[in-house]
Amino acid sequence: MTPDQARAMLETTLREIVPDADLSTLAPGADLRSTFELDSLDFVELVDKLSTRAGFRIEEDDADGLRSVEAVTAFLVTRSAHVGQQA
Amino acid sequence: MGDFRMPSLGADMEEGTLLEWLVKPGDTVHRGDIVAVVDTAKSAVEVECFDDGVIDALLVDPGQVVPVGAVLARLEGSAAATGPTSAGLPVVSPVTPIAPSPLVRHRAHELGIDLAAVRGTGADGVLHRRDIEELARPAPTRPRVSPLARRLAEANGINLGTVSGTGAGGAIRADDVRKAMAAPAMAAPAIGQATGPTMSGLDADQRATAMRNSIAALMSRSKREIPHYYLSTTVDLQRTSDWMRERNRELPVGERLVPSAALLLAAARAAREVPELNGHWVDGAFRPAADVDLGLILSLRSGGLLVPVLAAADTLDISQVMALMRDLTRRARAGRLRGSELSQPSISVSNLGDQGVESVIGVIYPPQVALIGFGAVIPRPWAVDGLLGIRPLVTVTLAADHRATDAAIGARLLKTIDRILQTPEET
Repeated sequence: MTPDQARAMLETTLREIVPDADLSTLAPGADLRSTFELDSLDFVELVDKLSTRAGFRIEEDDADGLRSVEAVTAFLVTRSAHVGQQA
Repeated sequence: MGDFRMPSLGADMEEGTLLEWLVKPGDTVHRGDIVAVVDTAKSAVEVECFDDGVIDALLVDPGQVVPVGAVLARLEGSAAATGPTSAGLPVVSPVTPIAPSPLVRHRAHELGIDLAAVRGTGADGVLHRRDIEELARPAPTRPRVSPLARRLAEANGINLGTVSGTGAGGAIRADDVRKAMAAPAMAAPAIGQATGPTMSGLDADQRATAMRNSIAALMSRSKREIPHYYLSTTVDLQRTSDWMRERNRELPVGERLVPSAALLLAAARAAREVPELNGHWVDGAFRPAADVDLGLILSLRSGGLLVPVLAAADTLDISQVMALMRDLTRRARAGRLRGSELSQPSISVSNLGDQGVESVIGVIYPPQVALIGFGAVIPRPWAVDGLLGIRPLVTVTLAADHRATDAAIGARLLKTIDRILQTPEET
């Protein structure tokens, strides 16, 4: 997965919870939870959907770090490459 | 023959508006069936029947405001004792002068249509059945509303039913709400709540005012009558966090546990162990409750609160608490709670963790005698075995009624919560 693909995946997924989520104006390091007012239940849903779409399970330890666009993009790129090598 | 009466949906409720009948004379009903939708100052609520029987007559029309305890319908073949006749039925005043007919409401309910979004073609804009059926082709799906838009609408008293969405699939975006805020007041009366097929008898402004008044009255009574005492303790959540992390590895991602579920369950089990704090102060004496019916104080962000109940919460396991919490939170925000879920709790919990504050010291909901508060779970320095460590800590507080208990009992409750959270494997 390229960084652009990862970013697009986050945006698509986020829009299923927050329909007007727009990442283009968001600083790469901005906190997703506070920006989109996600409570802990919303965040569980986001990680769940992201996990389904990416095709691999996102463990809670990793989910805790998914705080910003930058962090999510880096995680998806790295992890998908890792999953690809194992396959 | 028995009666179906206006239930009390919270300690502060004195009257309610019958919004909609979901049954008609001749229908057989069973205990637990949802038979009507009632509007309290706080929310539209689906109300269940408490008896088995056949509906003999509906005595109150939609739109009427009646006091708690007033007979709404007569039931035949029920075990309940014969109640007073309908002759003395007090009717306060209709709230919505041109409310749609029960048939129209029922049809709209069936079709999942929000009446607030429909313009009637009848005289004075009264809705006819055909107005509803027109809309039903093709079958409408409720537009999605972004959380941001929903919160913006709540905060500004915007009825989402009057907002047209410009997002994908007609989804309502925050910008749509901002546009609606800038627009002049709608000509059509707001009679509905866009967040669910149930309807409200009050518009957003009226509801906000009514909710404010109701909270003001109840909290004033609490502070006037209840001599509160307060205790607080800090609990190390390391073990609970570790245990949940372990559990979460095995759970499907969407069913993962969050710390709030463990906190609620610990509160419920502690209330079981300290029954002196689980019950009500009535007529100058404490009456312990048989079950731990845990009230979950939910902030609606519009300035209002709803307190749905987790019945017999101490008997649940953590996955059940998690599922109930998710379900109640979602339905409370959508105005789709049921009457039984708004019955009187035996003890309440305020959990402000997601709001990021360290602690919440509550005001007791009379006639309850205790309120447990949880702040945010925050990693902080903490002495562990003589060394400084970083642990996830939470401040747990108790507000309790000094007429019913002394601080030693309250301390026992907080210590019990701590102990339960140190042995998460037993939950």
